[in-house]
Amino acid sequence: MPDKTLTFTSIAALTLVISGGVLPQWAIFLVTVSLCYGTVVLGMILLARTGLVSFGHGLYYCLGAYSAGTSKLFWGISDLIFMLLTAIILTATISFALGFLLRKYRSIFFAMLSLAFSMILYGLLSKSSYLGSTDGFNVTTQTIFGYDFLDSGYARYIIFLITTFTAWLCCFLMHLYLKSNKGRLADAVKDNELRVEYLGASAAKIIHTNYVISAVLAGLGGALMAISIGHIDPEMSYWTTSGEFVFITIMAGTSSVLAPFFGSMLFTTVRSFAYEYSPDTWQLLLGTTMLIIIIFLPDGLWSLFTRKKKHRSV
Amino acid sequence: MNSIVAIIIDGLVYSSWLFIVAVGLTLIYGVMKILNIAHGSFYAIGAYTAASLTGSWLALGYDQSTAFLIMLFSAVLVGFTLGPIIERGILKYMYQRDEIVLVLVTYALFLMLEDIIKLIWGVNPYFLYQPYGLLGSFEIVELTYPNYNLLLIGCAITIGCFLTWFLQKTRHGKILLAVIHDREIASTQGINVDRVYFLTFTLGTVLAALGGVLTAPMISVQPGIGAETIVMAFAVVVVGGLGSLPGAALAAILIGLVRSGAVHLFPDLDLFSIYLVMATVLIFKPKGLFSAQEERQI
Repeated sequence: MPDKTLTFTSIAALTLVISGGVLPQWAIFLVTVSLCYGTVVLGMILLARTGLVSFGHGLYYCLGAYSAGTSKLFWGISDLIFMLLTAIILTATISFALGFLLRKYRSIFFAMLSLAFSMILYGLLSKSSYLGSTDGFNVTTQTIFGYDFLDSGYARYIIFLITTFTAWLCCFLMHLYLKSNKGRLADAVKDNELRVEYLGASAAKIIHTNYVISAVLAGLGGALMAISIGHIDPEMSYWTTSGEFVFITIMAGTSSVLAPFFGSMLFTTVRSFAYEYSPDTWQLLLGTTMLIIIIFLPDGLWSLFTRKKKHRSV
Repeated sequence: MNSIVAIIIDGLVYSSWLFIVAVGLTLIYGVMKILNIAHGSFYAIGAYTAASLTGSWLALGYDQSTAFLIMLFSAVLVGFTLGPIIERGILKYMYQRDEIVLVLVTYALFLMLEDIIKLIWGVNPYFLYQPYGLLGSFEIVELTYPNYNLLLIGCAITIGCFLTWFLQKTRHGKILLAVIHDREIASTQGINVDRVYFLTFTLGTVLAALGGVLTAPMISVQPGIGAETIVMAFAVVVVGGLGSLPGAALAAILIGLVRSGAVHLFPDLDLFSIYLVMATVLIFKPKGLFSAQEERQI
């Protein structure tokens, strides 16, 4: 069967771009937020395929958001592209450094150590009055490639376009990566590390690479979120935020690069309606859904689409 | 001088608290290999139950000192209701799954319980201040401390000693150790592992609830306390080595003293210090201070 994922991805992105012209503001906002979440979760599925669950990806999500948010403060530049670049560079550097450590850990220990790092950032940010402590601060994005778009009346749509483009690009590259030899090793590491080593590949290096990729995606997601919401706070690094990413990863499943975006759309849509109608049962709904998925659909919602196509071979 | 004494006393009180909230978690992990995120909810439910039950009991005009009995009763009540329901109803069917999947299952339970708490008790804070003042206070180098702190230290030591005695000296404890060591071998020796899991989970839940109950007089009981506490308990358990009782005790003392030092000397690093200890210990001892040898997966 020919691989149609990339065609689907591009069609979906194109549809979004066109429909962005007619959708109401709130819907554009919702889609933008979903795409930001989706980008973060795209990184999480790469980790999940490597057999790792991080309860601390809020670290990079928050770092990305803060590096975008503080770019005006530190560099005096509030250009959208520059903000994204700083987020990429910062998260790549930090995850590369922490990766040397984290690549030695698996399972619960990986989850807990990454949680510890994200809580360290939370502790630091919530005490730094310079950056607004627990309240965070507002982020203004003035220009894009030097063009002042904020007051043009199309600010929201431009941000939406950039987010869609980034998400599409990440999706595209991730798909190619997963199909490459190196990407395929992720599943192998999950299945049996020792055998991967016998075959001559280094499990530690694969984990390290995938960790950095997922961190950069989380950083990008965070930066885009900061730009589109216009406000950031340390809560982004709190462990419950990371828990949300884990939730979407589990809910959507890891079999396709489109799954995280599908999952995030569902997640943010249901959440905004739940907040509207019954704010106190939102987590109850989340928890119940998660349990049901773990029990009945261990491969996530996406497996509903692919299940029929697969031929079972014994 | 004063500040050193203050750091040590605050540190010990905080350590005791940490130990009480973490001990159930480490016990459950040791026996069942479940890192139970829902522990935080059990803690919160314990605190809420104690606050509302004791509050209404005292409102009936009973003697104030009976408050402690009601608090204890709340812990037992919560533990013996929630523990069995969750273990028999959900976890029982998950034991063959991966450790990390079990973490996710308990995370799902945690999310559900967080909202169930809000549905039962609402979102406004509860206060249970009576027991805190009831015991009076003591003075040490010009610093006044409520005696309630001593009670906390006493409880931590009692729980620690009781569990050590239980595990080392009693028949049931030895059965538990056998299951911790090797589940399959234990079951071939005729040990009913299923029952051991059931009892351990219930005991762990009682301990979590007890943590909440003992904390209730010191805080305002409000949504979010479970999420705050469970990450601290994680820190203790992971630093100590998952499933290790002496490890949890040592980790609690270590983290307690470091945090209290941070609070007094560098107040900005309060929360940061706990996770710094956690990260540092994990860097040098990847499986915590006291950890069992593990076989390599082939």
